[in-house]
Amino acid sequence: MTNIQYLAPTTLDEAVNLYAAAAGSARILAGGTDLLVQLRSGMINPGIIVNVKKIKELNSIEQRADGSFIVGASVSGAQLAKHSSFGKTWPGVLEALNLIGSTQVQGRASLGGNLCNGSPAGDSIPALIAAEATLNIQGPNGNRQLAVKDVLSGPGRTNLSQDEIAVNFSFPPRPVGSGDAYLRMIPRTEMDIAVVGCGVNLTLENNICTSATVGLGAVAPVVLKVEAAAEALVGNKIEEESLERAAEACRAVCNPIDDKRGTIAYRTKVAGVLLKRAATIASQRAEGA
Amino acid sequence: MSKTNNKWIGERTIRPDGADKVTGRASFAADTTMPGMVWGSVLRSPHPHANIVNIDTTKAASLPGVKAIVTSKDIVDFPLDTPAPLGIQDMRWMTRNIMAREKVLFHGHPVAAVAATSEEIATEACKLIEVTYEILPWVIELEEAIKPEAPILHNTIEFEGKPSNIAGTLEHKKGDVDAGFLKADTVIERSFTTRPVHQGYIEPHACLVSVAADGKATIWSSSQGQFMVRAMTSMLTGIQQSDIRAIPAEIGGGFGGKTIVYLEPIATVLAQKSGHPVKMVMSREDVMRATGPTSGSMSKVKIGAKKDGTIISVQGTFYLQAGCLPGSPIRGAAGCAFAPYNIPNVHSQGYDVVSNRSKVAAYRAPGAPIGAYAVESVLDEIAEAVGIDPLELRLKNAAREGTKTAHGPVYPRIGFAETLEAAIEHPHNKVTLGNFQGRGVASGFWFNAGGESSAQVNITEDGNVVVTTGHPDVGGSRASIANITAELLGIDYQRVSVLIGDTATIGYSNLTGGSRVLFASGIAVTNSTEKVIKTLRERAAIIWDIDPDAVIWEEGEARPAGPNAGMFEPLKLEELADRATETGGPIGAGAQLNTTGAEGGFATHMCDVEVDIELGIVRILRYTSFQDVGRAVHPSYVEGQMQGGVAQGIGWALNEEYIYNKDGIVDNPGFLDYRMPVCSDLPMLDTVMIEVPNPKHPQGVRGVGEVPLVPPLAAIRNAIYNALGIRFYSLPMSPPVVLEALEISQAAE
Amino acid sequence: MAKMHVSTNINGEPEEFLCEPNETMLDVLRDRLNLTGSKEGCGSGDCGACSIMLDDTLVCSCLMLGAEAEGANIKTIEGMADGLTLHPLQQKFLETAALQCGICTPGMLVAAKALLDENPEPTETEVRFWLAGNLCRCTGYDKIVRAVLDTAEEIRGKAQ
Repeated sequence: MTNIQYLAPTTLDEAVNLYAAAAGSARILAGGTDLLVQLRSGMINPGIIVNVKKIKELNSIEQRADGSFIVGASVSGAQLAKHSSFGKTWPGVLEALNLIGSTQVQGRASLGGNLCNGSPAGDSIPALIAAEATLNIQGPNGNRQLAVKDVLSGPGRTNLSQDEIAVNFSFPPRPVGSGDAYLRMIPRTEMDIAVVGCGVNLTLENNICTSATVGLGAVAPVVLKVEAAAEALVGNKIEEESLERAAEACRAVCNPIDDKRGTIAYRTKVAGVLLKRAATIASQRAEGA
Repeated sequence: MSKTNNKWIGERTIRPDGADKVTGRASFAADTTMPGMVWGSVLRSPHPHANIVNIDTTKAASLPGVKAIVTSKDIVDFPLDTPAPLGIQDMRWMTRNIMAREKVLFHGHPVAAVAATSEEIATEACKLIEVTYEILPWVIELEEAIKPEAPILHNTIEFEGKPSNIAGTLEHKKGDVDAGFLKADTVIERSFTTRPVHQGYIEPHACLVSVAADGKATIWSSSQGQFMVRAMTSMLTGIQQSDIRAIPAEIGGGFGGKTIVYLEPIATVLAQKSGHPVKMVMSREDVMRATGPTSGSMSKVKIGAKKDGTIISVQGTFYLQAGCLPGSPIRGAAGCAFAPYNIPNVHSQGYDVVSNRSKVAAYRAPGAPIGAYAVESVLDEIAEAVGIDPLELRLKNAAREGTKTAHGPVYPRIGFAETLEAAIEHPHNKVTLGNFQGRGVASGFWFNAGGESSAQVNITEDGNVVVTTGHPDVGGSRASIANITAELLGIDYQRVSVLIGDTATIGYSNLTGGSRVLFASGIAVTNSTEKVIKTLRERAAIIWDIDPDAVIWEEGEARPAGPNAGMFEPLKLEELADRATETGGPIGAGAQLNTTGAEGGFATHMCDVEVDIELGIVRILRYTSFQDVGRAVHPSYVEGQMQGGVAQGIGWALNEEYIYNKDGIVDNPGFLDYRMPVCSDLPMLDTVMIEVPNPKHPQGVRGVGEVPLVPPLAAIRNAIYNALGIRFYSLPMSPPVVLEALEISQAAE
Repeated sequence: MAKMHVSTNINGEPEEFLCEPNETMLDVLRDRLNLTGSKEGCGSGDCGACSIMLDDTLVCSCLMLGAEAEGANIKTIEGMADGLTLHPLQQKFLETAALQCGICTPGMLVAAKALLDENPEPTETEVRFWLAGNLCRCTGYDKIVRAVLDTAEEIRGKAQ
């Protein structure tokens, strides 16, 4: 009865060709933790499901000599956690990914899936933005890169064209004295969608913050890169005064909705609280790095 | 029965059905299949309130693979003007609940059902059924539903002479509350609201029904009562009860929510019309939208006390949501709210209010948690006003043996005061609390129940025992029954096998619910086993050619006693079984009883919380529940009931609630956004079982399953007050609610 | 598209089945292979009652397509015992009443075993967070967590 097709290509080129040929009616199956839920609920009705887990570029983790990382878009949270050095270099990105869902979901959920699903509440996204990660994209006409902050275009929508596939993420080399952290507010201790998510990445030299990036999720139609919050931290010690100004900057950019997971007022307050806490942790990690 | 003499009563034995449950072999309703089976799917209303003008099934019927279609025309009607009671239900409402008749009354209300060769085709066919609706204005929230201008759901329901959404009321009175308040030194009156919550059983409703060519039906279903399934299916399909065999599958949680039918009558008619066995399984979404949760509520409680802490007068008004058809648990709210206490003047009143959401079903001590939330919260405020420790206040006013209740009975020996004393003395009460941490206490009562139970105890030819009882086992009751039987016969626990019969193989037994299974089946099994023992003594007497009165049964064997003591070697159970035929025939006995003597359950809970004051998140740090359990026949399963109820109470207090969107549609019909406690949310849940044996039960059993959900709501609310100095009057106390209250309170300083 | 033909390995045995492309592994296990030990509590990955091992990784079978089983090693609750000899976790659950209705138990056991296989000495917190994806409505988790901790200790004791 069903018309849907399932394919599991083994090379990137094969996948790109299949995906492009479907002219928008294909969906990528990485971990499936969003895709299968949406299929079952009837929210999507694809003609083809393309399983990308056999493709090397999407499923490998590479650390380069300069300390940068390339992480496949379909690498699961469980796999990434097992890597010997990724979590030490990017603890905030790893903890953000590892917060998604349950242990079972972690066995499947991926950075690529979380980003391309396009939810402004996606846990990994604020941390990816804070890390200034880049998404490498492949289409029939070649490849291109997008800063993660430029990938989302609206709730559930990305700036990838309908024939492009996310391939992997590039994480820049880490300067000495850097640390990142991700925190989210959920009502329970696990299993909830983030009411607010905040990723902070910073570098300290002699206790002064020399660079910072802040990602803020679930408070706007897309995950935000909060420049003003970063500016409030750079050039200062990470302490109450600079943290409060950065928190205020986060509250100021909030443009959330009232929904079953949080109200506008609540999310706005929480954004400031999480900024302070995440920045404090990132700063402690930076001191130790 | 003395504790110290027991070999099996009080032992933590391994449950007889356990091996299958830990290996995945246990058969739940959705696991059953039959050759030729087809799938049933339900078409549900897209509107919260609408008249059904027309249903056209022609397109659906012509879809290849479709075998049968059912609408309300195929279900027996019970006219709205004639009450049709069955137990605590009314079949007028049941028939309309399982399938809409004149109108749809909530979003998700079944309108038709299809049986087809695959679930996919059945669902597809449902989409092809064309229903013409005349949309009506709807109302969901209690406050709105009782307003005079509210849309009326049923013109046949009147209150004070006019059509109303208030479908019923109930009242308990004792003494003169107004006079009592005048004598009080402190009077506190408060109003409370709670949101509707769902029982949250992990297993969705499911059934498989096969109807044979002679019209006889066999039903396997997930239910808390196979006799209820048979009776309701009979009334709703017109098939006589003796032609229906209802078999209880293992049940994956019920908590009251499976004490009625949703699918079985529909599947039966589909099976009749299609000539195939029909399987129906609800999705989680269907469960959340269309099965009975418990009521949301509005309560007002007024308590008057003397300055020495004596409670002199209490008044409670409880409005409970029934959902779209009458029947909210106002009996539990109004009857249990003040029941733990000895108060001279009591007036408690409940109002049953209909509105356009799914009809409520029982949820663990139905109504009582709502009443107790209000009363136990006000008691905390009385304690503070009068300057008495909250546990001491309760102890001072505790109901005891001889207390006459407002809801009727006089208590026999009960153990409520003991739960308070245990709480006062417990190490938990002495733990030092830190910043933003607080401790709260609350007590609670539930009626419990006795009721009908049948049992059969048969001795196998090789001298072992098979016990058949009539109630689905939700919490390990088979293990407890085996404990009792082994104890009475004086044999090893492993020699007793306990099974649950179906409507054809065991006598009538009332529902699993009301905290009654072990109480009632314990009596039935004891009665049967005592008859078996009498038979065994008689058989030995025949063999020894002495008077049966001169034979005793001890430690698994018949022994000559009295003047014949020592004259014969004892005869073991195995030996008597081996000689059964020659001594008179098969050895076994049964009982079919209406048991009485179930006395109420009492508990006191103590809870410590910690609040993240920047985010409004409340976490439970430690929790101890103290309960009079009568006699813990199997301590592990009694503890399990206590812990399970506490966990549900924590969810209800902090995060669980039905969220509706602006179109009257449930916005969180799944486990993602209907937030039940997960493993990491909870600490260990300590339990103190206090055994004050029920004098009216052979093993001293008191029902234990329901009262654990009664105290937690107020215990947590009182703990949050102790932590933050803020009193909450509505549930859930979720983070945005707590944070807002914190900000208001800080602004006020 | 016609049904897919999948060759896989389930509980150590080679297995083949046909399934629709969009059929979940849970549906395949329950409706095609008669392995009804894995349960559907929600169908959306929120309850863990359908937990299985996919190539030694704990996953929800309702969030996996049957087609993905091609060439993989699947382990379900049915493979946890060794014939009639229960795994220590299964035995402990029985002894300590870490189950009431039993519907969450298969998923809970598969998840708990995955934990102990990866971390033989978990703390209470680690156990609780690992099992956060396995909903139980009957027990309040207390006896389940104790059973897992006690079994871990027992297994470590035997290993010494």
